[in-house]
Amino acid sequence: MHEPKPVGEATPGRYGAFGGQYVAETLMPALHQLTSAWSAAKADPAYWQLYDRYLRDTVGRPSLLTEAPRLSEALGARLLLKREDLNHTGSHKINNCIGQVLLAKRLGKTRIIAETGAGQHGVATATVCAMFDLPCEIYMGARDVERQQLNVLRMRMLGATVHAVAAGSATLKDALNEALRDWVTNVGHTHYIIGSVAGPHPYPEIVRDLQAVIGREALEQTRQLTGDLPDAAVACVGGGSNAAGLFAPMVPHGEIRLFGVEAAGDGLDTDRHAATISRGVIGVLHGAKSLVLCEREGAAIGQIIEPHSISAGLDYPGVGPEHAYWHATGRVTYLARTDAEALAGMSQLARLEGILCALESAHAVAALPDVIAAVGKGKPIVVNISGRGDKDMHTVAAHLAKESA
Amino acid sequence: MSDVPAGAARLRHCFASAHASGRAALITYHTFGYPTAAVSLECALAAARAGADIIELGVPFSDPSADGPVIVAAMEQALAAGASLHGALAGAAAIAKASPQTGIVLFGYYNPIWIMGPSVFASACRDARVDAVLVVDVPLEELDEISRPLAAHGVGSVPLLAPTSGLDRAAMVASRNAAFTYYISMAGVTGAAAVPVSPARIADLRAATNGPVAVGFGIKTPSDVAALAPHADGVVVGSRLVAEIGAGDPATAAARTGALVTALAAATRRT
Repeated sequence: MHEPKPVGEATPGRYGAFGGQYVAETLMPALHQLTSAWSAAKADPAYWQLYDRYLRDTVGRPSLLTEAPRLSEALGARLLLKREDLNHTGSHKINNCIGQVLLAKRLGKTRIIAETGAGQHGVATATVCAMFDLPCEIYMGARDVERQQLNVLRMRMLGATVHAVAAGSATLKDALNEALRDWVTNVGHTHYIIGSVAGPHPYPEIVRDLQAVIGREALEQTRQLTGDLPDAAVACVGGGSNAAGLFAPMVPHGEIRLFGVEAAGDGLDTDRHAATISRGVIGVLHGAKSLVLCEREGAAIGQIIEPHSISAGLDYPGVGPEHAYWHATGRVTYLARTDAEALAGMSQLARLEGILCALESAHAVAALPDVIAAVGKGKPIVVNISGRGDKDMHTVAAHLAKESA
Repeated sequence: MSDVPAGAARLRHCFASAHASGRAALITYHTFGYPTAAVSLECALAAARAGADIIELGVPFSDPSADGPVIVAAMEQALAAGASLHGALAGAAAIAKASPQTGIVLFGYYNPIWIMGPSVFASACRDARVDAVLVVDVPLEELDEISRPLAAHGVGSVPLLAPTSGLDRAAMVASRNAAFTYYISMAGVTGAAAVPVSPARIADLRAATNGPVAVGFGIKTPSDVAALAPHADGVVVGSRLVAEIGAGDPATAAARTGALVTALAAATRRT
């Protein structure tokens, strides 16, 4: 294992063998413009002051870091829950949307588009567009529109137009394709708020830097609670934005063990999962070279495999390129949990701590026994509760009905 | 020009022959495997007989993020019918054998090529007599990754430029011995409404890239072709042909393609 590069690597847009800009030529000038706008914003204290002000006054940051005494006792650790579910709009997604809408304003863009899986990023995007009076169009797979109706309604109430994408598997990857088609067509006046640390450079960097507030707060709050750094941190990984935000400030602290948890769906040994790092291959999807789920040989060589997860937000066949890099360098350990294990984790957290987390976050909760086994009993561990579970009650109800039938 | 790959030189010859006979070159796009492999190849050959100088064979991909609804639907149907990258390479070989004077460009997305391995792919292209390869999601910044192995096997590459591209990006093409430059006529996906392309813009791009420039995206009718023919080295018609195949019985698809291409080819005359 070679030493991982610090955040802000030497080759812009590359994380070892991963990253890059694999998009239609039409978008390249916009990506160059975005890259320089981000460099300028990053170096501008006024940008961060505004970002911090909105995070405090609108999002309600800092989010709590909560002791979880009953869960800790049940599992034999000291579990500290990073409560991104308490943010305005109900997840970590708003951190990125605030930062990107401020960036869009700097760029003089007058229209916002976004893709969404579970709808959390769509709701966060619709919210910032309402706040800043920008027209907003959200692309969402038709299947996700079906299973996340509450979030669709929320987006519409906030004034966004939601497009149900019927192409392909009608899930997150197809919503991303459709958003890219829109962006190619309207790139002159439109900013595309990508919701994860995926996509072409500079998006993985922008989203990581904007979500890094999670990790910075968690480090500071853990110090206040325990007088020291945590022994480990755990987060779910679909595209990987909540995990990248939690991990990025911790990566330089080599003594903190980091764990990402993917969606194993029906099981890693079935063909119905979304565990891109555990089971993927290096490929090119949605603008970046990273790990992807695709056919490796035979007639369908190179075609993307439709993933499966009970959680719409993790149901994605790619992953952010920096996660692929952290995996390749061994800095982060990636685990996977099935749909059933995630549901059990959701239920366990609800009954022991009174917190109904999102199905996405439940994957992180469900992986805790393995994490505790790796770092030892009784150690402080930060668990990212990336979103709240109201939106998933429909899915849970359908699952319970199937089980009792 | 000794560094120009043999395939790129063959395509440049297609442009030069068309020019010598007072025409812009006609490039027709066919989604391989739509509605079936056999019918798509019959249509491509019918296009070649009816006057297409260069055939672009589209390799179906599960996630075609730069294509419009007509080609997206055609790719989905082709994949469901078993179309593959290997099949498209075999299809290119069949077209090359049946119509040796026709230029052949393979048009696709990067992931299938990357997974096959750029060198393995390049060698398969040479064996199939693919003259050049156009990869929609590989811009100039990443182009060496694929154009170098292709060139090593004598196969050309086709860089793209868009209305958003400055002439500095066109200049990046000049040093690459490209088969030709594909100018995307508008910011948009394939099959969208046509917008007028300024002759001055094409002239600027031709000068900056130091090679032939073909214009595609949104070109549907003989009058669209006639408007561009005096100014561009080549014009590309794609979605309109794919839509024609979908509009009727597959058994008559080749005949309908041939009739449409005859009309398009007539419109490439510059006088």
